[in-house]
Amino acid sequence: MKIVRAGVIILITVAIVLGVSIPMVPKPQSFFEYPIIPGLEEKARNIFFHVPVAWTTVVAFLVSLWYGYRYLRTRDIQYDLKSSASAELGFVFCFLATITGALWAKFNWGSFWNWDPRETSIFVLLLIYGAYFALRSAIDVEETRARLSAVYSILAGLTVPFFIFALPRLVGGLHPGSAGDASGQTPVAQLHMRGLMLLNFFLSMIGFNLLFVWLLNLRVRIARLEYHHSLQSM
Amino acid sequence: MKFQSTYALVMKDVRSELRTRYALNALLMFVVTSVTTVLFALRSDNPSAQLLAGMFWVVVFFTAMSGLSRIFVSEEERGTTLTLRLLTIPSVVFVGKLVVNCLLTLTLTAAVSVLYVWAFPGFAIVSWDVFIATVFLGSLGFASASTILAAIIAKANVRGSLYPVLAFPVLVPLLMTVMNATARALEGETIALAFGDLQVLVGYLLVMTAGSFLLFDYVWVE
Repeated sequence: MKIVRAGVIILITVAIVLGVSIPMVPKPQSFFEYPIIPGLEEKARNIFFHVPVAWTTVVAFLVSLWYGYRYLRTRDIQYDLKSSASAELGFVFCFLATITGALWAKFNWGSFWNWDPRETSIFVLLLIYGAYFALRSAIDVEETRARLSAVYSILAGLTVPFFIFALPRLVGGLHPGSAGDASGQTPVAQLHMRGLMLLNFFLSMIGFNLLFVWLLNLRVRIARLEYHHSLQSM
Repeated sequence: MKFQSTYALVMKDVRSELRTRYALNALLMFVVTSVTTVLFALRSDNPSAQLLAGMFWVVVFFTAMSGLSRIFVSEEERGTTLTLRLLTIPSVVFVGKLVVNCLLTLTLTAAVSVLYVWAFPGFAIVSWDVFIATVFLGSLGFASASTILAAIIAKANVRGSLYPVLAFPVLVPLLMTVMNATARALEGETIALAFGDLQVLVGYLLVMTAGSFLLFDYVWVE
């Protein structure tokens, strides 16, 4: 974990310093210049923060789901601690993704919120996390809480394909990769980045994923201590 | 054999419902009051098809949330959960409860439809085939997602307020699709144009039913 921590500090620092300081020019000549993406201009720098955070949100949700599934199979309370810890972190990342996305939307598309399919999806993800924590706090018995919250997160996970495939057809989108976007017809956005910019993006991506791993490790260790403490005080 | 016990479970719930009218009366009164509220709110305007289709499902959603959890909560309150668990296997319980919930939601949406057609001149259904298919598939989708959530909620402490909170994120894809398809039915689009929406509804119904069928064991057996 020491290596992970060092990696987090180095990668995120480098990604932020590069992301803020490298100049953006219309036609990059040297390696240390970023291309201007039409329509985004300097606002494109948010890509090094918003996209990795949003990505980590999804990773955290899937990790939580996976540990929930593991709990149902093994009935080992350790997995429930991991599942809920991952959900807590996912909620934090989800909140950050919503805030950075709303700010970006304000300056790029004109308003903080447009009910674009991805905005709707992240809002529903926030609601799922909210419902998950509400459910957890409403059940006293530890085993029942672990079991039912795992079932709920899997059930909520079943709706994800509808948000990816069905929703964009119902509502017009603004994000890259939406239906009607000239650059691509796939659900995954095409990257308009080259060279150092692409490297910066992936450094940030790896950095935020490692940040999640490190924080999850810390949170699980705290949860474990709390769990043993609650056993002793009973 | 299993079909018989499922049938017996459904008949047990239907009979006890017909004797006490516990859920049905409350649901129908809830429908009447909420449609009246919408009527007051929209009385002076000439609401669009989009708005009326949305309000239709708002009423259905909140009515369903007020009543559908009874199916498992009542067993818990009467203390009959353990008997049911002893008498039969989880899948029979799930299918039986799902059928009862389907019957309840179909009654509910039928009542809301009749009231809307009667109360709102703007709620004129042009494409009946689209409307009936949407309401039918939408009701079944509602029932499939809410049955397992009712089983989850029956174990929690605060049941009434938690149920819509849990159900809403799961029901969002369904709600957006049925609102869209109902608006199409009011605007008189053909079934070919609404086919995509109906496909999504069928997909949702299948995914939710299969998923909750597989997960129900974990909710029901302690």
